[in-house]
Amino acid sequence: MNPLLEVQSVGKSFGGVEALCDVSLTIARGEIYGLIGPNGAGKTTFFNVLSGVYRADRGSFRFNDAPLNVRAPHEVAAAGIARTFQNIRLFGNMSALENVMVGRHVRTGAGIFGAVLRNAATRAEERAIHERAWALLEYVGLTARGNDIAHSLPYGDQRRLEIARALATDPLLLALDEPAAGMNATETATLRSLLERIRADGTTILLIEHDMKLVMGLCDRVAVLDYGRRIAEGAPAAIREDAAVIEAYLGGTLA
Amino acid sequence: MNLTDKFKANPALLWSGVALIACALAVLPFVLAMAGTTWVRVTNLAILFTLLALGLNIVVGFAGLLDLGYIAFYGVGAYTYALLASPQFNIHLPFWIILPIGALAACVFGVLLGAPTLKLRGDYLAIVTLGFGEIVRIFFNNLSQPVNITNGPQGISRIDPFSIGGFSFNQSDIIFGLNFSGPVKYYYLLLLVLIMVIVINLRLEDSRIGRAWQAIREDEVAAQAMGINTTRVKLLAFAMGASFGGVAGGMFAAIQGFISPESFVLVESVMVLSMVVLGGMGNIWGVIVGALLLSFVPELLRHTVEPLQRSLFGRSLIDPEVVRMLLFGLALMLMMLFRPAGLWPSKVRKRELTEE
Repeated sequence: MNPLLEVQSVGKSFGGVEALCDVSLTIARGEIYGLIGPNGAGKTTFFNVLSGVYRADRGSFRFNDAPLNVRAPHEVAAAGIARTFQNIRLFGNMSALENVMVGRHVRTGAGIFGAVLRNAATRAEERAIHERAWALLEYVGLTARGNDIAHSLPYGDQRRLEIARALATDPLLLALDEPAAGMNATETATLRSLLERIRADGTTILLIEHDMKLVMGLCDRVAVLDYGRRIAEGAPAAIREDAAVIEAYLGGTLA
Repeated sequence: MNLTDKFKANPALLWSGVALIACALAVLPFVLAMAGTTWVRVTNLAILFTLLALGLNIVVGFAGLLDLGYIAFYGVGAYTYALLASPQFNIHLPFWIILPIGALAACVFGVLLGAPTLKLRGDYLAIVTLGFGEIVRIFFNNLSQPVNITNGPQGISRIDPFSIGGFSFNQSDIIFGLNFSGPVKYYYLLLLVLIMVIVINLRLEDSRIGRAWQAIREDEVAAQAMGINTTRVKLLAFAMGASFGGVAGGMFAAIQGFISPESFVLVESVMVLSMVVLGGMGNIWGVIVGALLLSFVPELLRHTVEPLQRSLFGRSLIDPEVVRMLLFGLALMLMMLFRPAGLWPSKVRKRELTEE
């Protein structure tokens, strides 16, 4: 296995509450890795620690064959980890296109002087940003919505726009926090084919999701968190049979 | 079909419009001079305040950081100019050297203010910036001891006007048979600077940095997750806005020939902010309209309220200044009731306030 992300015994406490305790996992290049667990198990905390919103108290990360020192969210994005949010966080009053264009920020470099002077290099960069943003909108199926204001888009489109914006940062790892939450069956099916396409195009995916059908059908491997601890990891079929997982979800051993 | 589309369909219409405005702006000072040189001076001050409003618009309108001490940067620019071109230290540098220095000094102060306050948002940031503005003014007021730098409340007088070679901006010259008085010359210079500042603003808005500012205003957490170094980008907004204030301050010092801490009080900051809000936060054209309105209307009132009262009642009953503030307050209230996004709102603000 060729690992993209290695998480080594990461811990995080809030006051007396241990939100994450000794969590280790390894995500291989090119796989879709699921992270599941009951409510309050620490999934989103893990996400926030990984993306630099919180700082881990203990443990370390290795990403793309180099240690990843998580200090600030923008550095994580620059390293190649892009994320979406559980409660969609688009730039609501900007157009769909502009949202994706913002995503290109981290891979482009024009500063104040470029902006004011509009030299050839800056103009070329702006053109490239435009083209790439339109291409990404097409990729997620939002071409017709490019000039619409983000907050006016239907729910499912907003989710896909968030994915397009994340893809605009050229991530090696795309981390999705409950992308199917609140979606109807059709929207979930579209999302699923989109995620499969992203994986096929070479981007590794970390997926936090409550929709078990989606997770079990889509993921190559799944890890289960419960009370901040990783209680299981493995192929979906094995996870489904795992006694500890069943106990965590159903609150007791099956008779 | 909106205006932009119309212009795109018919570029001749756009260019004839531009030519018309250019002609009007070119003859304006001579028309105003007929009514009295005072009006040319009033126009010059209005342009200075437009420069300030455009600078503040970067901080408040684009990046969404509420700054209540903006006039401090105007003050820093003005004092930089005054100290380097007056008998105060007997230094007399040419203006094209001092203006960039003033912009840089203001920029440094912008970063000084920005760096410790970046973690603050909304109301908290407003309070700190308000305090900053006052601190700078109090420094101007008290830096006459133990070493006399700013000359305290008396201010600095006999500040050099702009001049290049033998061409000075404070005396009249006859060029092509036309009498170019000092204020008229400054008018053209200010107009030139204003056009430059407008172009810079328009370009900044539609750029990588401009989008980053907007993104931060919309959602700071998401902006960070997209790889935007919010600390850096916010500091940039502060620095840019401050440098515009610094340039305007330098020109102010040269035009007036005299400055004192009284020109940089809190009310002035509030005035500039009102221009931005009244005109339409974030929209460059709206901000210009707001700045011109708030500069001219009080002057018009000053010249009409008193004569009107005399002709109606035979004597002046209410002080013009009182009427001015009364109408100003009323106008602000009506604005917030009927056009909360400003007279000419940016597309974004309009959406924010109408669609929910």
